[in-house]
Amino acid sequence: MSATPVLALRGVSKRFGAVQALTDVQLEVHAGEVVALVGDNGAGKSTLVKTIAGVHPIDDGVIEWEGDAVQINKPHDAQNLGIATVYQDLALCDNIDVVGNLYLGRELRKFGVLNEVEMERRSRELLSTLSIRIPSVRIPIASLSGGQRQTVAIARSMLGDPKLVILDEPTAALGVEQTAQVLDLVERLRERGHAVILISHNMADVKAVADKVAVLRLGRNNGVFDVKTTSQEEIISAITGATENAVTRRAARNAEVQK
Amino acid sequence: MNTDKTAAPAGAPVVNPDAAKGAATAVDPRLLVREQGLRGYLTEFKRKMGAGDLGSIPVVIGLLIICVVFQSLNSEFLSAKNLSDIAVAMVATGMMAVGIIFVLLLGEIDLSVGSVSGVSGALVAVLSVTQGMNEWLAVFIAIVSGAAIGAIHGFFFARIGAPAFAVTLAGLLFWLGFMLQLLGDTGTINLDGDGVVGHLTTYYFADVAAAYGLAAIAVVGYFLSAFLDSRRREAAGIPARPLTDIVVRTAVLAVFAFAAAVMFNQYRGLPLALVLFLVVLVGTDFVLRRTAYGRKIFALGGSVEASRRAGINVTAIRVSVFAIAGTFAAIGGLFWASKIAAVNQGSGTGDLLMNVIAAAVIGGTSLFGGRGRTWNALLGVMVIVSIQYGLSLEGIATPINYMITGGVLLITVVIDSVTRKTQKSAGRA
Repeated sequence: MSATPVLALRGVSKRFGAVQALTDVQLEVHAGEVVALVGDNGAGKSTLVKTIAGVHPIDDGVIEWEGDAVQINKPHDAQNLGIATVYQDLALCDNIDVVGNLYLGRELRKFGVLNEVEMERRSRELLSTLSIRIPSVRIPIASLSGGQRQTVAIARSMLGDPKLVILDEPTAALGVEQTAQVLDLVERLRERGHAVILISHNMADVKAVADKVAVLRLGRNNGVFDVKTTSQEEIISAITGATENAVTRRAARNAEVQK
Repeated sequence: MNTDKTAAPAGAPVVNPDAAKGAATAVDPRLLVREQGLRGYLTEFKRKMGAGDLGSIPVVIGLLIICVVFQSLNSEFLSAKNLSDIAVAMVATGMMAVGIIFVLLLGEIDLSVGSVSGVSGALVAVLSVTQGMNEWLAVFIAIVSGAAIGAIHGFFFARIGAPAFAVTLAGLLFWLGFMLQLLGDTGTINLDGDGVVGHLTTYYFADVAAAYGLAAIAVVGYFLSAFLDSRRREAAGIPARPLTDIVVRTAVLAVFAFAAAVMFNQYRGLPLALVLFLVVLVGTDFVLRRTAYGRKIFALGGSVEASRRAGINVTAIRVSVFAIAGTFAAIGGLFWASKIAAVNQGSGTGDLLMNVIAAAVIGGTSLFGGRGRTWNALLGVMVIVSIQYGLSLEGIATPINYMITGGVLLITVVIDSVTRKTQKSAGRA
């Protein structure tokens, strides 16, 4: 792991009218590291991601990219730096095949004509290096399962060879098998040296693939934990803001019942 | 269909086998593997039928039924003269259907194409006949006007955000009034039968070599493009269409192309109108399926939000598509005027608009956007015009024609909806 983080946020704040969405947030992501970003609804996860992706420019603070302070004001700025974001709704076209979707908006052309052969060759190469299994690269997205669509969307973000990949709730709508496929893919991204920010509500997923967990609460940092040495209860208490909360009460109750 | 196998070859290099073990060893049972040879075709065909992927089959069967029924009623139906007349008559509606298919691919509708075709005919008539302008120039002005009118509709839809249905409905009324105003009190302007527009539907390449030559060019062109594409794919190491497959397809095309050529040569030769229509079909099909612009149109028909995020200029594409629809409406108007050698108050009205939309849909273009090809226009318009000519040979009046065409359209939409349901349940929607 390199000493300089790929991305570092120092004291980032963001305000929407009367709402202070982010206050003095710190975050560091290194190459080859998966950082899970967790927090309750309204904690500021989505806002934080959108500031990194350039959807909402920050009001205060510094964004450092590989050690240098940078301005990210537009989605384009983020893409140019090498930040790829996969949003929850995937943004794939159902009627177009896998190759077409991977290259949508950046089609390879030869003499002004689509170079389908080269696009298909590279798509196969990309999907096989990521060990993504789909029935065919020439069937429409509509024919794929939810998990396969998610992997295609993630593969698409890989095309620009980004340094940092942001995944917004990639397993939220998936079944057990499909979730495992996506988590496999996240691990492969890490092995390939990408920095990954993973937003998730699912503690099992976080424990399974993340190296660090950054907890947001009410728009502020509420601790960064090392996954291997931290228990799930500690993370949950950081998310809810207290050791005494609905989750722990329920756990205690269940423990009593079992006795 | 390609012989796609797995996305990753069995021995694909995996960066870290440990982490990817589960994914790399599990072979997805749903992988589409096609056997080589005839057996492969059969299983592929059965799989597609089972999944509701009917393609053009319903239309082709419909055309066969039409031929059998009308031929048994009147042996004139399959005569060279009647088929040649159908081929010429379908071009006006067919050209407009090509434009409508572009709009349908976006998942939108353009109701103004009939009126715009009327405006185009009226412009040519007024400029060239009444004002004495050079006819080529008048034709050029008419086509550019069609594009401009379409772009105006597109602007109100894409930029202002008004529904395309309402904008083009307003266009339907406005441009109808505009055409009547252009024509003035007389109401009818006769065109010079030997002029540019006159020749559009009356010129035939009488030399037998023309029809055979075109058929030969089509067959050789198809074979070469398919063969070279297959070679490139093989060179790149991705699944390619086997040579036998290409030969079979080329042979089928050759049978149809040369049969048509023989038929045209028995009458007056190869019609100019049909040549122009085929050129347009090949050209638009190329634009839609082989260029980035065409890919963007399909993308917009699939998901507007995904297109926007992919950096596609949604407004520009929408405006340009409506301009294309207007252009082809104007071109169709010229063929329409040529057919009756005049422009009158009835030009571009009546059942024309409905026939245009019906042709696109019968041909297999989805009304929900994102699915269709411009070749659909040819198949659809063949069905509609064949019914018209078959009925008129029998001396059956217009009311019956309307009812039958309406019935055919309903059947088409029912087939479309049912197959869509099957496709959904088979996971191939």
